[in-house]
Amino acid sequence: MISPAVALLLCWMLVPLGLTLYFSFLRYNLLMPGMEQWTGWTNYYFFLTDPSFWDAIRNTLTLVIGVLIITIIGGVLLALLLDQEMWGRNIVRLLVIAPFFVMPTVSALVWKNMFMNPVNGLFAQLSGLLGLEPFDFFAHAPLSSIIAIVSWQWLPFATLILLTALQSLDREQLEASEMDGAGSINRLLFIVLPHLARAITVVILIQTIFLLSIFAEILVTTNGGPGTATTNLTFLVYAQSLLQFDVGGGSAGGVIAIVLANIVAIFLMRMIGRNLDA
Amino acid sequence: MGLITLKNVSKSFDDVEVIPPLDLEIRDGEFVVFVGPSGCGKSTLLRLIAGLEDITSGRVEIDGVDVTEVPPARRRLAMVFQSYALYPHMSVRKNIAFPLRMAKLDKAEQSRRVESAAHVLNLTEYLDRRPGQLSGGQRQRVAIGRAIVREPEAFLFDEPLSNLDAALRVNMRLEISELHQSLKTTMIYVTHDQVEAMTMADKIVVLQAGVIEQVGSPLELYHNPRNLFVASFIGSPKMNFLRGDEADRHGAHTIGIRPEHIRISANEGEWKGTVGVSEHLGADTFFHVRCEELGATLTVRADGDNPLQYGDSVLLAPELAKLQRFDADGLRIT
Ligand SMILES: Nc1ncnc2c1ncn2[C@@H]1O[C@H](COP(=O)(O)OP(=O)(O)OP(=O)(O)O)[C@@H](O)[C@H]1O
Ligand SMILES: [Mg+2]
Repeated sequence: MISPAVALLLCWMLVPLGLTLYFSFLRYNLLMPGMEQWTGWTNYYFFLTDPSFWDAIRNTLTLVIGVLIITIIGGVLLALLLDQEMWGRNIVRLLVIAPFFVMPTVSALVWKNMFMNPVNGLFAQLSGLLGLEPFDFFAHAPLSSIIAIVSWQWLPFATLILLTALQSLDREQLEASEMDGAGSINRLLFIVLPHLARAITVVILIQTIFLLSIFAEILVTTNGGPGTATTNLTFLVYAQSLLQFDVGGGSAGGVIAIVLANIVAIFLMRMIGRNLDA
Repeated sequence: MGLITLKNVSKSFDDVEVIPPLDLEIRDGEFVVFVGPSGCGKSTLLRLIAGLEDITSGRVEIDGVDVTEVPPARRRLAMVFQSYALYPHMSVRKNIAFPLRMAKLDKAEQSRRVESAAHVLNLTEYLDRRPGQLSGGQRQRVAIGRAIVREPEAFLFDEPLSNLDAALRVNMRLEISELHQSLKTTMIYVTHDQVEAMTMADKIVVLQAGVIEQVGSPLELYHNPRNLFVASFIGSPKMNFLRGDEADRHGAHTIGIRPEHIRISANEGEWKGTVGVSEHLGADTFFHVRCEELGATLTVRADGDNPLQYGDSVLLAPELAKLQRFDADGLRIT
């Protein structure tokens, strides 16, 4: 017998999914209410052949991979640092975790206006002090800037997970390897990183899920631009349905995004999921 | 060579002095056991020798060379940890080969040494397993294997058998002694089990609260304990101690007599008592005898087939020649 909770969950997920699927086969534009009609695969055809679609795919992947690389390398380094006995460790830990509590819109705005602004931003002021030309981050390196902001937000998460994993590493194993003649680099390579493999897998899986749907940071900083330089799939769906009022096309994009996310998930599970066994 | 000398070595954690300054010499090829109650600083002393803890003052020498500032890796010592500290993500083969790999030995030599260690330790069948797939005794052997492939100057063992069941412990004890006989390398072995200490050691170091109470061969400690602590720590079951009038009669503050040096019978002896609980071990039986006059309960060893029962009245006859006398400070009077 199906339990009520499962039934509720099914409704919860199936109704929106069903509606999205249904809309994706309609010609449904908010500017022309009451004119909805069945169009078959047309929405999909236009979404997939839109040149910005491939830009969006590329941007999405760049964003996800870039942030993963930065947060995992940075997270391991920070975790190693925070695991040391040092003065004021608790305060430093709190500071490191802090960015995670700032909501994405706020942190993106703070970065945009207080750090990266080409006139008043901290970086512009600093380069002014050094006599350099201020760099307009969002004009010249928009995607990298967004990667930087998102990495800053997710670094605490990676650090926290990796730090707990690091603390569960048996001290005697480290001491044994030290007696076996492993220097600090070899200890990192042969003992610490293998121990962290599982935690890194968890970080990759969880972050990928969230990073595929980054939206707020793009909306408040670059609005997907210049051109489509920072438009990812989520933003493209948003632009389609709410900027061009094309709900049908947006829904088709949403369905495509779901399919792609599942492909990525299966791929990830295949590749690194076995780290979670045993 | 594996001559290890501690000179005036002390260790404090923050303000707490765990080991007051002590001197100790361990000769080449000796099997030395550090024994003492929990928390007395055995592991700390071993870790000081290994270099895993910094020495607060004093110096450690190996073969006459001051190694106080030398990192653990370059002291040419191998350590076997209580938790085995195997690398869980590596196969047994890789675990054993790890020190060789770190020393950048060539591949052929590595596998030759791993094979021969595995052969000695009966691990050949398990070389491709992970530590998680081994039993406790096998893991222990892998840890020992990892230590012997390096051909170190000395082995350090920190309670290596305490996670094993009783039968396996006896086996491994023999294997380690066997290994010592064949390698003839210095071994320092930490335990809180005095039976392990007595059976394995060439030389026992008895520690209490970081202080060396006595150093000597097992039989020396058994026959000539320097003080009350050593007398009560060495020997199983424990030595019986008496104070008061009976001790005064022998001109001592405390007298001690081991269970095996008292004869128990129904009709001859100088101490009257009542049999309490008895422990039958087969070959021997230990009686706990309540002596009202002495105000003490004495443990007495008797033959395994001694028929005395709970509640029987008996007489005890101590072998006076084996009686040990201690003064008010606990030191033995000789
Ligand atoms: N890192 C440390 N910081 C502070 N005190 C410590 C530290 N390590 C050990 N001690 C203290 O030093 C003393 C000796 O500890 P040690 O581990 O050497 O005891 P041990 O003789 O090995 O005991 P056991 O038989 O229980 O293993 C203990 O009182 C312990 O609390
Ligand atoms: Mg210990």
